[in-house]
Amino acid sequence: MVRLKLNNITLAYDGRVVINNLSLKVDSGDYLCVVGENGSGKSTLIKGILGIVKPTGGSIAFCCPKHKRSIGYLPQQQSAQRDFPASVKEVILSGFAGKCRLPWYTKEMKQKALENMQLLKIENLINEPFSALSGGQQQRVLLARALCATEDLLLLDEPVNGLDPNASKEMYSIIKELNKSGMTVIMITHDINTAVNSANKILHLDRDNHFYGTTAEYLVSNFGSSLLKGGAK
Amino acid sequence: MSIYFDFSVFSGQYFDATVLIYAIIVGVLTCLCSSVLGVNLVLKRYSMIGDGLSHVGFLALALASLLGIAPEDNIYLTIPVVTAAAFFLMWLTDSGKLKGDAATALVSVGTVAVGYIIFGLAEAGSAEVCTGLFGASVLTISANDTILGASLCAVVLVLYLVFFNRIFAVTFDRDFSKATGVNIRVNNMLLAGLTAITIVVGMKLIGSIMISAVIVIPAVTSMKLFKTFKATVISSAIISALCFALGFLFAVTFVIAKPDSYMSGTVMLPVGATVVCFNVLALLLAGLIKKKRVKC
Repeated sequence: MVRLKLNNITLAYDGRVVINNLSLKVDSGDYLCVVGENGSGKSTLIKGILGIVKPTGGSIAFCCPKHKRSIGYLPQQQSAQRDFPASVKEVILSGFAGKCRLPWYTKEMKQKALENMQLLKIENLINEPFSALSGGQQQRVLLARALCATEDLLLLDEPVNGLDPNASKEMYSIIKELNKSGMTVIMITHDINTAVNSANKILHLDRDNHFYGTTAEYLVSNFGSSLLKGGAK
Repeated sequence: MSIYFDFSVFSGQYFDATVLIYAIIVGVLTCLCSSVLGVNLVLKRYSMIGDGLSHVGFLALALASLLGIAPEDNIYLTIPVVTAAAFFLMWLTDSGKLKGDAATALVSVGTVAVGYIIFGLAEAGSAEVCTGLFGASVLTISANDTILGASLCAVVLVLYLVFFNRIFAVTFDRDFSKATGVNIRVNNMLLAGLTAITIVVGMKLIGSIMISAVIVIPAVTSMKLFKTFKATVISSAIISALCFALGFLFAVTFVIAKPDSYMSGTVMLPVGATVVCFNVLALLLAGLIKKKRVKC
């Protein structure tokens, strides 16, 4: 079943077109990795899918209207909010803010938040201040918040950025597990090896060209072979 | 010369002491509103907006004076003007048309200049200008002012509580909230509108120059002490209300009796300025507590 469909979308960042006439289909249960150089429009594409950046052309369709807003998003890490006073619990529950029509969070929401914390093994951090956590712990908290916002579609913008190798490995295996349990994942990464090992589809963005297809197709394409020739084992 | 505190002001022998009760009610409510909104404004790097808006309030007071609107009715002019300015400033900042601090600095200085000129055109006395800048004497607060001010503050507090979770989500992470369906524009307009109302109500008692202090300082103080959002907001409200109550009591009871002065009896200190000084003291105290905690 198609979960997300982009029809000839064009996206601009700072007045410059970075994504031109891109079309793709993402099926339910897919693990799509978006790779490409800095400035190739990866983050802009994610923001376009999320509705943060408005496309200047084309259209974005979700499988069914009721799922339109049900997206879990893990933004690129920002240092601006480092000293923000917020507990882990407050941050995770804020994943429900868009859905919640009441002034308070319901019991079911609190239960779901707790389950997500258990899934990511951070339930012992529930009352800790978010700003006091390590980078890896913060990313897990933000992933738990993203899981509160969605049932089935995760958009991750460089989830291991700034993490040490161990934390990165754990993060990637968590994401892989989520995908195995049915979560559709769209992830931006710089790590081409992880991309070809975990994802079933690859979108490679270049300044004026792109590749979209399955991982097997990618490996034999010009994009994949030129990139993997050098560093990959 | 002797310095002492004279609590007989509450006895009603000099003037009707109910005005003091009115002033405490309006003051504490305003400080509750300004301090909870302040946490969000400071965290969103919007603290200068409070300052800019209070100066727009000064301009609105000048316009009211020029149009000959009585001081007790000028709230019907100042609220729309300041709210419109709040929307405009938020829009300027969010659309990236102007960098936030530059935009508000421009608005702050520009509106005070124009306001002062308009006060001149209105042939207002320096006492009226001074009242606009530094707050009115507590003795001029009427029962109507109190009812209107208190109801507006109640509206602000209720709306803040109803939208508390959404306001937190947007303040913590704007992009995530937008992606998950929170209406950012409505949220920002709500925050701007509530701030505008709080500033207009507080301006009367505390003064347009001083009001931004009671928005920013309690928030900064409680952020030094607390690390969760709810605790920060609650402590900000408590600290702000306490600072107002203590500052107010200090201001109205403080007496310097000078034997060679023409003035005999009490000389009231300006309430707004005293409250701001108490807020600064609380901030310094919080800084000391934090330092000590780090050492332990």
